[in-house]
Amino acid sequence: MKRFLLPLIIFLVMVGFLAVGLHLDPREVPSPLVGKPAPAFDLPLLDQPEKTFSPKQMLGQVWLLNVWASWCVACREEHPLLVALSKAKLVPLYGMDYKDTRAEAQQWLNEGGNPYEANAMDIDGRVGIDYGVYGVPETYVIDKSGMIVYKQIGPITEQVLSNKIMPLVERLQAQ
Amino acid sequence: MKLNLLVRFMIGFFLLQSVLASAEEARPLQANVVVEAQVQRLSEELRCLVCQNQTIADSHAELAQDLKQEIREMAAKGMTDQAIIDYLVARYGDFVRYRPPMKSSTYLLWLGPFVLLIFGAIGLVMMLRRREKMPADKPISQTEARKVRELLDKE
Repeated sequence: MKRFLLPLIIFLVMVGFLAVGLHLDPREVPSPLVGKPAPAFDLPLLDQPEKTFSPKQMLGQVWLLNVWASWCVACREEHPLLVALSKAKLVPLYGMDYKDTRAEAQQWLNEGGNPYEANAMDIDGRVGIDYGVYGVPETYVIDKSGMIVYKQIGPITEQVLSNKIMPLVERLQAQ
Repeated sequence: MKLNLLVRFMIGFFLLQSVLASAEEARPLQANVVVEAQVQRLSEELRCLVCQNQTIADSHAELAQDLKQEIREMAAKGMTDQAIIDYLVARYGDFVRYRPPMKSSTYLLWLGPFVLLIFGAIGLVMMLRRREKMPADKPISQTEARKVRELLDKE
């Protein structure tokens, strides 16, 4: 009996490692930006190119910054949820249109509905690099002091919205 | 004779043109040898986050191209390797580095293989010790030898 003990322990340790590994998503790279101030930018708006949007304008409010693009397939997945969220008027949602063209972005919003208060155009993707964007869609929860509190990589699901993002937003709004 | 001249002229013309064309392409590289070497060196050190098992140098993902351009601009400004790596780590985390720094969250990554090696060595030593304790080969008796011969003969 004793001679089976060691192989059994080794086997159980390996099963443990594999079980944990299976449930980790390698695409979810922890962002070093969480807990840091949202990088500053000043980008032209989608519908009014002569005006700009800057995170500074949002100081004092809890808000969401959603990075999206009309060429992004996964964005289509989360879009109805964003539209519903904006109708509920619980938290202001701003968009950053990443490496896109105005015409295509506008068409996309006409088709799927526009959940955004405003959209900043990051046409060359420079600001995206400052935000550590590597796969759209990505969504940042930013608090009243302009700090990034949470980053969602990939599409927002109903589960993430009701279990993570909204409780966090409510807590931050109460602060 | 006339045709010959024309052909010669044409060949000369095309040769000249190709020389001019290649000179045109080579110029920007020539001016930035140091910068390009730095870009190449750094992009082999950095991971592309879109296709995670490729370096920025190998990847054709759009983000990798953008990051290479960003690195090129920083290199042209005279930033050191470390400054450029710090810039990218501040945005994408330690994950962008193919050689992550030694710190509490990466101890297992750096030391894990050595820990496994030590375990393996201990196991090997234990096994060899046990083998040593086993009784040494004894010469067989005459009756046993006869039995062996009988068995072999049957075959």
